Amino acid sequence: MTDMLAGDGRHSEPEEEEASTVRPYAVTGGRTSPTSADLPVEALVQALAAPEVTMTPEKRRIVELTQSQYLSVAELSAHVRLPVPVVRIVVGDLAESGAVRVHGLTRSDGYAPSATLSVLESVLNGISSL
Amino acid sequence: MAFPRSDVASAAPAPGAQSAGNPPPGVPAAAPTTVKIVVAGGFAVGKTTFIGSISDIEPLSTEAAMTEHSIGVDDAGGVSDRKTTTTVAMDFGRIALPGNLWLYLFGTPGQDRFLFMWDDLVRGAIGAVVLVDTERLEQCFPAVDYFEARGIPFVVAVNCFDGIARHSLDAVREALAVPPHVPMIYTDARSRAATKQVLITLVQLAMQRLAG
Repeated sequence: MTDMLAGDGRHSEPEEEEASTVRPYAVTGGRTSPTSADLPVEALVQALAAPEVTMTPEKRRIVELTQSQYLSVAELSAHVRLPVPVVRIVVGDLAESGAVRVHGLTRSDGYAPSATLSVLESVLNGISSL
Repeated sequence: MAFPRSDVASAAPAPGAQSAGNPPPGVPAAAPTTVKIVVAGGFAVGKTTFIGSISDIEPLSTEAAMTEHSIGVDDAGGVSDRKTTTTVAMDFGRIALPGNLWLYLFGTPGQDRFLFMWDDLVRGAIGAVVLVDTERLEQCFPAVDYFEARGIPFVVAVNCFDGIARHSLDAVREALAVPPHVPMIYTDARSRAATKQVLITLVQLAMQRLAG
């Protein structure tokens, strides 16, 4: 697994020399299926601590962005410019280390809506009042 | 343990993060409850316009696959084979509703070769809106089939680009082979009021399903 990080590809794949960002799966240490792979795109992330200089730039950025606001996995993908699967992994690591908390983790299996009837009622009333 | 850098860090500008619609500084004590609705339809049918007509935030796009970086192609119209990787961009918006609720609207990647991404997206969703352009009806066949096969509540919204309905809803329903239990309505993706009505119709349908 860690071997995937060994050569970062700069020499073996010269056609990508223009890429200014770290290749996304290098950010995750080469892992593609952590326990958090199931994070819903709408799950909200909240920082629990200040960013630390020892963190990778991606982790630091996510912790910075979620200091004063909740941001979903999808929003983090847009702001940090990492694909959703990569954000899931980085957020999963951060949550494991206690740097962030993830809200809205529980989602239903299959295709039943995770929202209860009372939540749907609130959504309906909310949209109607817009 | 932490270096005294937190002030510096949090004071640093966060491009894109401070756009309109974000909550004011200071995170509320309780995290919002999030719900989502999927907006599907063919390429360029107006999904992002639909989302933008009602979203609190300017519609954002999730980061697409890394190949786009390396190739340097960022032209939505020119979908080349080389862009076909495991991740594609999704446009989405967010609406804050009373009761600490956040409703996310996710536009699905249009082409049916991205259907695999929908499985992830639709899980836990309230339901879906299939946006239809009557000039290119065939583009929404995959979406209709997909939601119908999985029993996901969905409504078909026929987008009238210039406010003129060229086809009766019955004709569209017949052409798409949409069952009678699926609501079908005209909409205008640019209109907040029209978008609202589509979403209301969908949530009502989802509630009926849940109650029944």
